[in-house]
Amino acid sequence: MKLAEVVDELDLKVRTAGGALQIEVRGGYASDLMSDVIAHAARGCLWVTLQVHQNVVAVASLKELAGIVLVNGREPEEATVERAESENIPILVSPLSAFDVIGRLYALGIEGGTG
Amino acid sequence: MRAMRADLHVHTCLSPCAEPEMVPTAIVDRAKRMGLDIIGICDHNSAENVSAVLEAGRRRDLPVIRGMEITSREEVHVLGLFGDEEGLSALQDLVYRNLPGENDPDFFGDQTIVDDSDDVLGCTTKLLIGATGFSLEETVQVIHEAGGLAIAAHIDRERFGLVGQLGFVPEGLPVDAVEVSPHASVEDWPDHTAVTFSDAHVLRDIGRSSTSFMLEGATLAEIGKALRNEDGRGILTGGGD
Repeated sequence: MKLAEVVDELDLKVRTAGGALQIEVRGGYASDLMSDVIAHAARGCLWVTLQVHQNVVAVASLKELAGIVLVNGREPEEATVERAESENIPILVSPLSAFDVIGRLYALGIEGGTG
Repeated sequence: MRAMRADLHVHTCLSPCAEPEMVPTAIVDRAKRMGLDIIGICDHNSAENVSAVLEAGRRRDLPVIRGMEITSREEVHVLGLFGDEEGLSALQDLVYRNLPGENDPDFFGDQTIVDDSDDVLGCTTKLLIGATGFSLEETVQVIHEAGGLAIAAHIDRERFGLVGQLGFVPEGLPVDAVEVSPHASVEDWPDHTAVTFSDAHVLRDIGRSSTSFMLEGATLAEIGKALRNEDGRGILTGGGD
């Protein structure tokens, strides 16, 4: 499924890299420990987290993730936005909790991806 | 100038996760017996026992550096070390205003405020185990603005360490040093100014890990120079056990 379809289905707000939504979402990963994401997330995953620090962009870029969904209505920090724009990493925002976001992603057929 | 062995990350009974035995006279006694030349007191998000340990240290001729271990909103722990009461007190006010929640001693532990003779003065009701509203960068900034040194705590630990929470040290983060826990070695961090302290929550851990500095005296200004390798001051060795 394309990231753009996920954005529509979950009514996510696109905060960065709106031009990069045609990427294929190959799975999902959820964690707030970036060391864990570096160790375990698979390429092409959509990453669900509450961390808004700029390091999320570097981690997503390093792991070639499809994008980042921030939960609980959390907004990316200014430095995070700048970095995500320059690295073309989509950051999406949802007012829902991580539990609800992940449940809806799963219902769309997106399964956990580790590697 | 001489080599001074320092353990600048010691908790007191004010930290909910520390043992009740961590009272000023016992901390100072243990530090003396371990041969430490300087200790630092860094409780979680609070400095309410610092002056008591400072006074207990003065009686035994043990210099005590004032400090606090602040939890950023990413749940990264950062030590703020201070040379005067004023800076630390200003930071304490700022941290308390940005620290939500109330402690439940049954869940998290007691947060006991004591005097320099270990007598109980009361408890703080703030949720010291919680996180402040400051980002990591803001935490470093408020420490510096209050005149302190900022050290990323136990950087190698998964829980509440910078690397565990955020994956790596953000480029350009202006910390004065990184602290590695007793489980790791300062040599593992060649790109950073690295020190090691005990993070003692119980008496037997005090001095378990320490850093030897070349200093003119046991002051924060001298430690700052050592971290920057200025005027002949510097870090000699750091290690555990």
